[in-house]
Amino acid sequence: MNKDFNEANNLLSVRGLEVHFAVRSGFFSSLVSRKISLVRAVDGLDFELKKGEILCLAGESGSGKTTAGKAVLRLLEPTGGEVLFKGEEMNAFSKSRLRHFRQEAQIIFQDPFESLNPRQTVFSTVAEPLEVNRLTRDRREKEERVAKALSDAGLSNPRELFMRYPHELSGGQRQRLAIAGALVLHPDFIVADEPVSMLDLSIRAGILKLMVELRDNKGISYLFITHDLSLAWLISDRIAIMYLGKIVELGSADDVIKSPLHPYTKALVSVIPVPKRVSLAGKTLLKGETPDPVNIPLGCRFHPRCPEAQPRCSEEEPAYREITPKHFGACHFI
Amino acid sequence: MNSALVKKDTFALWKKNLSSFWSIYRQNSMGLIGMVILLIFALMAILGPYLVDITIMTVDGVTQVIHPPTSEYWLGTDDLGKDILAGVIVGSRVSLMVGLAATAISMVIGTVVGIVSGFYGRVVDALLMRFTDVFLVIPWLPLMLVMAALLGPSLGNIIFVIGITSWAGTARIIRSQTLSVKERPYVERARAIGSGDTHIMFYHILPNVFPLIFANTVLVAAVAILSETTLSFLGMGDPTQVTWGMMLHFAFSMGAVSFGAWWWLLPPGICVVLVVLSFTFIGYALDEVLNPKLRRRDQ
Repeated sequence: MNKDFNEANNLLSVRGLEVHFAVRSGFFSSLVSRKISLVRAVDGLDFELKKGEILCLAGESGSGKTTAGKAVLRLLEPTGGEVLFKGEEMNAFSKSRLRHFRQEAQIIFQDPFESLNPRQTVFSTVAEPLEVNRLTRDRREKEERVAKALSDAGLSNPRELFMRYPHELSGGQRQRLAIAGALVLHPDFIVADEPVSMLDLSIRAGILKLMVELRDNKGISYLFITHDLSLAWLISDRIAIMYLGKIVELGSADDVIKSPLHPYTKALVSVIPVPKRVSLAGKTLLKGETPDPVNIPLGCRFHPRCPEAQPRCSEEEPAYREITPKHFGACHFI
Repeated sequence: MNSALVKKDTFALWKKNLSSFWSIYRQNSMGLIGMVILLIFALMAILGPYLVDITIMTVDGVTQVIHPPTSEYWLGTDDLGKDILAGVIVGSRVSLMVGLAATAISMVIGTVVGIVSGFYGRVVDALLMRFTDVFLVIPWLPLMLVMAALLGPSLGNIIFVIGITSWAGTARIIRSQTLSVKERPYVERARAIGSGDTHIMFYHILPNVFPLIFANTVLVAAVAILSETTLSFLGMGDPTQVTWGMMLHFAFSMGAVSFGAWWWLLPPGICVVLVVLSFTFIGYALDEVLNPKLRRRDQ
């Protein structure tokens, strides 16, 4: 790993993060066998997030990217590894430190139709973080902060929206409302879990632009989770490609997209859609589906689907190492 | 805009929600019939003592005993010469009050047990649900009778006994809905902004299981009123209070059936049936309004 990195610049350092879930077996099978099977959703993750940086976690569904995002926010308890937030070990957080951390780090969910309480008005949705954290008792001040957060999130005439319900808003407005609910606490760090994948293409650009502007104006760092590499390329400074709970390649957005090292990345990059009529003839199409994280393949976890697989790949797990400066990968043949 | 306006907006919002609810509800004829019947009985209960002369409730001389309906006594008299119509009107007050109070107890216990059990899961859930199962499988009538007999005949005890024996079904329903609601992303979002368990249960789970509680309340109220009648009829009620159940109890024990005194038995019986029916109608109508999947297309 890159040790000459300036630790003080890191908002977040993740080392060997693991999230394993025990699979509950039925009553009878638990009598027959004592073996507990584990879903290794996140299986040893290392990365850093610098202040004001947008780092993209990209991968297919089932690669553990959402689980990783929730684990660094402690919405899920990690089963191993450590996460340092502003240089502090998060496992050692006291209850009051965790409460304060909840104001510094926020999450934006994929589906703005599900992530907002249907029985809460716009005002109450955005004011709730202030009330829960007892940040203001003054009603007038609360209203001002809510209105400010809504207009920061790009909603015009915020006070006219106060008494609306989420179902009265459009998809884009809802996602802006969800962003306002995060902004009202002035966070330094936001995990954005596929924030635009449920929105119409025409609305996506506006939301992405807003997120980049918030980074530029307020210095918010993002862990941006997406399955869409072209989106990752557009918005992020660096991209980490995840496969079955591990990072297989990490580097600057341009390096990863323009000169991918890992065969998995190459395959993903080759199918990035371009807006013209093309045939799939020269594309690398991956065989099959992501394997079950209960039974992760031995050796390199990507070898059953890898177009460049060699006998060695099924025996030996490749090391995750720096291949060119600041460009990391995990493959024997790069 | 200032704070006063936001407050005014909140009231306007409630008004809007209420009127949109009403515009769907009024299309349901079953619900409207139930509501009209219930309103009549509610008015009777509230205004009853002002409508009838309480003195005709007292013993009125030997000649008027067990007398069929006349122009003076519209529904006849009982064995002590008391006016049946006056009894029915005065009795509605206690019958409804007991039913509603018992329902309130039952709903509070059922909702708390259901939400806590569904929200915390695991050991808490297992313990609370086994406890609920005990109340579900015990035959409620003997249990009520035993408890009422032990506690003694008084209105408070009747309310308590009915409330404590009728919450189990509600707890089960609320628990299952809580299990579904607590997995929604907005609950996770609430956690991410730092909300504690109590806050989440009160502000996110409760409002989203509330339609179910509301519809269930009405159905439990019907059962509670029937239970009060049953207990009183079986002699576990407070003999100093006039309720429909108590009237039936005295009518039966004084031999109204052998006298052929139909005017003595029918009025309180019909009142109980009508009230229970109206609650059931409203309950089904609410179910239809609050659960859009049940709504018919032609409405």
